[in-house]
Amino acid sequence: MEIPYNVEERPDTGLYNGKLGIWLFLASEVMLFGGLFSSYILLRTGDPNWFKPELSVPMATLNTMVLISSSVTMVMAWASLRLQDFKKFRLFSAATFLLACAFMVIKGFEYNTEFSHHLYPSSNNFMATYFTMTGLHGLHVLGGMVVIAYLWGPGSRMWKTEPERFTNRVEITGLYWHFVDLVWIFLFPALYLL
Amino acid sequence: MSLKAFHVLFIIISILLTALVGVWGVHQYVVHESGSSLALGGVFFFSGLGLVVYLLWYLPKLKEL
Repeated sequence: MEIPYNVEERPDTGLYNGKLGIWLFLASEVMLFGGLFSSYILLRTGDPNWFKPELSVPMATLNTMVLISSSVTMVMAWASLRLQDFKKFRLFSAATFLLACAFMVIKGFEYNTEFSHHLYPSSNNFMATYFTMTGLHGLHVLGGMVVIAYLWGPGSRMWKTEPERFTNRVEITGLYWHFVDLVWIFLFPALYLL
Repeated sequence: MSLKAFHVLFIIISILLTALVGVWGVHQYVVHESGSSLALGGVFFFSGLGLVVYLLWYLPKLKEL
Protein backbone atom coordinates (compact mmCIF):
# COMPACT_ATOMS: atom_id res chain seq x y z
CA MET A 1 0.00 0.00 0.00
CA GLU A 2 1.35 3.41 -0.95
CA ILE A 3 1.50 6.13 1.69
CA PRO A 4 -0.53 9.14 0.45
CA TYR A 5 0.78 12.72 0.21
CA ASN A 6 4.46 11.74 0.07
CA VAL A 7 4.89 13.78 -3.09
CA GLU A 8 1.63 15.58 -3.79
CA GLU A 9 0.22 18.18 -1.39
CA ARG A 10 -2.65 17.27 0.90
CA PRO A 11 -5.63 19.42 -0.19
CA ASP A 12 -6.64 20.61 3.31
CA THR A 13 -3.15 21.56 4.60
CA GLY A 14 -1.55 22.41 1.25
CA LEU A 15 1.56 20.51 2.44
CA TYR A 16 3.09 17.12 1.68
CA ASN A 17 3.89 14.86 4.67
CA GLY A 18 7.57 15.74 4.92
CA LYS A 19 6.97 19.47 4.92
CA LEU A 20 4.29 19.22 7.61
CA GLY A 21 6.69 17.10 9.67
CA ILE A 22 9.61 19.51 9.37
CA TRP A 23 7.47 22.52 10.32
CA LEU A 24 6.19 20.70 13.42
CA PHE A 25 9.79 19.86 14.29
CA LEU A 26 10.92 23.45 13.69
CA ALA A 27 8.09 24.69 15.93
CA SER A 28 9.51 22.57 18.76
CA GLU A 29 12.98 23.94 17.96
CA VAL A 30 11.68 27.51 18.22
CA MET A 31 10.47 26.65 21.73
CA LEU A 32 13.84 25.10 22.63
CA PHE A 33 15.95 28.03 21.45
CA GLY A 34 13.29 30.52 22.58
CA GLY A 35 13.59 29.13 26.11
CA LEU A 36 17.38 29.48 26.01
CA PHE A 37 17.23 33.05 24.65
CA SER A 38 14.68 33.96 27.36
CA SER A 39 16.94 32.46 30.04
CA TYR A 40 19.89 34.45 28.71
CA ILE A 41 17.92 37.73 28.75
CA LEU A 42 16.59 37.09 32.27
CA LEU A 43 20.02 36.11 33.61
CA ARG A 44 21.64 39.12 32.01
CA THR A 45 19.08 41.73 33.09
CA GLY A 46 18.76 40.21 36.59
CA ASP A 47 22.46 40.18 37.43
CA PRO A 48 23.86 43.58 38.51
CA ASN A 49 27.43 42.15 38.35
CA TRP A 50 27.09 40.67 34.86
CA PHE A 51 30.53 39.97 33.41
CA LYS A 52 31.09 39.38 29.71
CA PRO A 53 34.64 38.50 28.64
CA GLU A 54 36.05 39.54 25.26
CA LEU A 55 35.08 37.05 22.56
CA SER A 56 36.54 36.75 19.07
CA VAL A 57 34.21 38.97 17.05
CA PRO A 58 36.23 38.57 13.78
CA MET A 59 35.89 34.77 13.91
CA ALA A 60 32.16 35.04 14.66
CA THR A 61 31.82 37.53 11.79
CA LEU A 62 33.50 35.09 9.44
CA ASN A 63 31.19 32.32 10.66
CA THR A 64 28.15 34.55 10.01
CA MET A 65 29.29 35.07 6.41
CA VAL A 66 29.95 31.34 6.04
CA LEU A 67 26.46 30.39 7.22
CA ILE A 68 24.69 33.00 5.07
CA SER A 69 26.66 31.69 2.05
CA SER A 70 25.69 28.11 2.94
CA SER A 71 21.99 29.01 2.91
CA VAL A 72 22.45 30.42 -0.60
CA THR A 73 24.19 27.23 -1.83
CA MET A 74 21.47 25.11 -0.17
CA VAL A 75 18.74 26.93 -2.11
CA MET A 76 20.82 26.64 -5.30
CA ALA A 77 21.04 22.86 -4.73
CA TRP A 78 17.26 22.57 -4.44
CA ALA A 79 16.69 24.92 -7.41
CA SER A 80 19.05 22.76 -9.52
CA LEU A 81 16.87 19.72 -8.86
CA ARG A 82 13.76 21.70 -9.83
CA LEU A 83 15.55 22.51 -13.08
CA GLN A 84 16.42 18.77 -13.53
CA ASP A 85 20.17 19.46 -13.21
CA PHE A 86 21.49 16.73 -10.92
CA LYS A 87 25.18 17.58 -11.47
CA LYS A 88 24.66 21.11 -10.21
CA PHE A 89 22.72 19.76 -7.24
CA ARG A 90 25.73 17.69 -6.23
CA LEU A 91 28.05 20.66 -6.71
CA PHE A 92 25.94 23.02 -4.59
CA SER A 93 25.22 20.49 -1.85
CA ALA A 94 28.95 19.69 -1.66
CA ALA A 95 29.58 23.44 -1.30
CA THR A 96 26.98 23.60 1.49
CA PHE A 97 28.65 20.70 3.28
CA LEU A 98 32.10 22.27 2.95
CA LEU A 99 30.82 25.62 4.25
CA ALA A 100 29.29 23.79 7.23
CA CYS A 101 32.69 22.10 7.81
CA ALA A 102 34.34 25.55 7.68
CA PHE A 103 31.86 26.82 10.29
CA MET A 104 32.67 23.93 12.64
CA VAL A 105 36.45 24.34 12.17
CA ILE A 106 36.25 28.09 12.90
CA LYS A 107 34.05 27.38 15.93
CA GLY A 108 36.62 24.82 17.09
CA PHE A 109 39.41 27.43 16.84
CA GLU A 110 37.21 29.86 18.76
CA TYR A 111 36.52 27.37 21.57
CA ASN A 112 40.24 26.56 21.68
CA THR A 113 41.09 30.27 22.10
CA GLU A 114 38.53 30.57 24.91
CA PHE A 115 39.86 27.48 26.70
CA SER A 116 43.43 28.83 26.39
CA HIS A 117 42.20 31.98 28.18
CA HIS A 118 40.76 29.73 30.92
CA LEU A 119 37.18 30.50 29.91
CA TYR A 120 35.01 27.46 30.62
CA PRO A 121 31.24 26.93 31.08
CA SER A 122 31.90 27.00 34.85
CA SER A 123 33.68 30.39 34.68
CA ASN A 124 30.59 32.61 34.94
CA ASN A 125 26.93 32.88 33.90
CA PHE A 126 27.78 34.39 30.53
CA MET A 127 30.20 31.62 29.58
CA ALA A 128 27.69 28.99 30.77
CA THR A 129 24.93 30.37 28.52
CA TYR A 130 27.43 31.02 25.70
CA PHE A 131 28.70 27.43 25.63
CA THR A 132 25.18 26.00 26.04
CA MET A 133 23.69 28.02 23.18
CA THR A 134 26.62 27.85 20.74
CA GLY A 135 27.21 24.18 21.62
CA LEU A 136 23.58 23.26 20.97
CA HIS A 137 23.66 25.25 17.75
CA GLY A 138 26.87 23.44 16.74
CA LEU A 139 25.15 20.09 17.32
CA HIS A 140 22.33 21.23 15.01
CA VAL A 141 24.90 22.16 12.34
CA LEU A 142 26.46 18.71 12.76
CA GLY A 143 23.02 17.07 12.35
CA GLY A 144 22.42 19.08 9.18
CA MET A 145 25.81 18.02 7.82
CA VAL A 146 24.92 14.34 8.30
CA VAL A 147 21.66 14.79 6.35
CA ILE A 148 23.31 16.86 3.57
CA ALA A 149 26.08 14.24 3.24
CA TYR A 150 23.47 11.45 3.06
CA LEU A 151 21.47 13.25 0.34
CA TRP A 152 24.69 13.95 -1.58
CA GLY A 153 25.83 10.31 -1.32
CA PRO A 154 23.70 7.18 -0.80
CA GLY A 155 20.38 9.05 -0.49
CA SER A 156 20.76 10.54 -3.96
CA ARG A 157 19.92 7.16 -5.54
CA MET A 158 16.28 8.15 -5.04
CA TRP A 159 16.69 10.75 -7.80
CA LYS A 160 16.63 7.92 -10.38
CA THR A 161 13.49 6.24 -9.02
CA GLU A 162 11.44 9.04 -7.38
CA PRO A 163 12.83 12.43 -8.47
CA GLU A 164 9.95 14.49 -7.04
CA ARG A 165 10.17 12.84 -3.64
CA PHE A 166 13.94 13.36 -3.61
CA THR A 167 13.48 17.05 -4.48
CA ASN A 168 11.03 17.32 -1.56
CA ARG A 169 13.60 15.75 0.76
CA VAL A 170 16.16 18.36 -0.32
CA GLU A 171 13.58 21.11 0.24
CA ILE A 172 12.83 20.06 3.83
CA THR A 173 16.57 19.73 4.52
CA GLY A 174 16.88 23.29 3.18
CA LEU A 175 14.13 24.47 5.55
CA TYR A 176 15.97 22.91 8.49
CA TRP A 177 19.26 24.41 7.33
CA HIS A 178 17.74 27.89 7.04
CA PHE A 179 16.37 27.58 10.56
CA VAL A 180 19.82 26.64 11.91
CA ASP A 181 21.32 29.64 10.07
CA LEU A 182 18.57 31.90 11.41
CA VAL A 183 19.37 30.85 14.99
CA TRP A 184 22.98 31.95 14.40
CA ILE A 185 21.79 35.30 13.00
CA PHE A 186 20.17 35.92 16.42
CA LEU A 187 23.03 34.35 18.44
CA PHE A 188 25.72 36.53 16.85
CA PRO A 189 24.53 39.98 18.00
CA ALA A 190 23.14 38.66 21.32
CA LEU A 191 26.36 36.96 22.42
CA TYR A 192 29.13 38.83 20.63
CA LEU A 193 28.02 42.44 20.19
CA LEU A 194 25.50 43.47 22.85
CA MET B 1 5.93 28.10 3.92
CA SER B 2 8.10 26.90 1.07
CA LEU B 3 11.90 26.98 0.92
CA LYS B 4 11.65 29.87 -1.56
CA ALA B 5 9.66 32.02 0.87
CA PHE B 6 11.81 31.04 3.86
CA HIS B 7 14.96 31.90 1.91
CA VAL B 8 13.65 35.35 1.03
CA LEU B 9 12.69 35.91 4.70
CA PHE B 10 16.14 34.71 5.80
CA ILE B 11 17.92 37.08 3.41
CA ILE B 12 15.75 40.02 4.58
CA ILE B 13 16.58 39.23 8.25
CA SER B 14 20.27 38.93 7.29
CA ILE B 15 20.12 42.35 5.63
CA LEU B 16 18.60 43.77 8.84
CA LEU B 17 21.43 42.15 10.82
CA THR B 18 24.07 43.71 8.57
CA ALA B 19 22.41 47.13 9.00
CA LEU B 20 22.30 46.63 12.79
CA VAL B 21 25.98 45.67 12.95
CA GLY B 22 26.84 48.61 10.66
CA VAL B 23 25.11 51.04 13.05
CA TRP B 24 26.70 49.27 16.05
CA GLY B 25 30.16 49.69 14.50
CA VAL B 26 29.67 53.43 13.95
CA HIS B 27 28.28 53.80 17.50
CA GLN B 28 31.28 51.97 18.99
CA TYR B 29 33.62 54.20 16.99
CA VAL B 30 31.88 57.40 18.15
CA VAL B 31 31.64 56.36 21.83
CA HIS B 32 34.83 54.30 22.33
CA GLU B 33 36.89 55.41 19.29
CA SER B 34 37.17 51.73 18.34
CA GLY B 35 38.60 51.53 14.81
CA SER B 36 38.20 47.74 14.65
CA SER B 37 34.47 48.06 15.42
CA LEU B 38 34.14 50.63 12.65
CA ALA B 39 35.92 48.25 10.25
CA LEU B 40 33.57 45.42 11.31
CA GLY B 41 30.58 47.70 10.76
CA GLY B 42 31.94 48.53 7.30
CA VAL B 43 32.35 44.84 6.43
CA PHE B 44 28.75 44.18 7.42
CA PHE B 45 27.46 47.29 5.66
CA PHE B 46 29.01 46.20 2.35
CA SER B 47 27.88 42.59 2.91
CA GLY B 48 24.38 43.96 3.38
CA LEU B 49 24.63 45.79 0.08
CA GLY B 50 25.71 42.51 -1.52
CA LEU B 51 22.69 40.77 -0.02
CA VAL B 52 20.35 43.50 -1.31
CA VAL B 53 21.77 43.01 -4.82
CA TYR B 54 21.38 39.23 -4.44
CA LEU B 55 17.78 39.63 -3.26
CA LEU B 56 16.91 41.84 -6.22
CA TRP B 57 18.67 39.43 -8.59
CA TYR B 58 17.25 36.31 -6.98
CA LEU B 59 13.61 37.33 -6.48
CA PRO B 60 12.70 37.49 -10.19
CA LYS B 61 14.39 34.08 -10.77
CA LEU B 62 12.22 32.48 -8.07
CA LYS B 63 9.14 32.85 -10.26
CA GLU B 64 10.71 30.50 -12.80
CA LEU B 65 10.81 27.60 -10.30
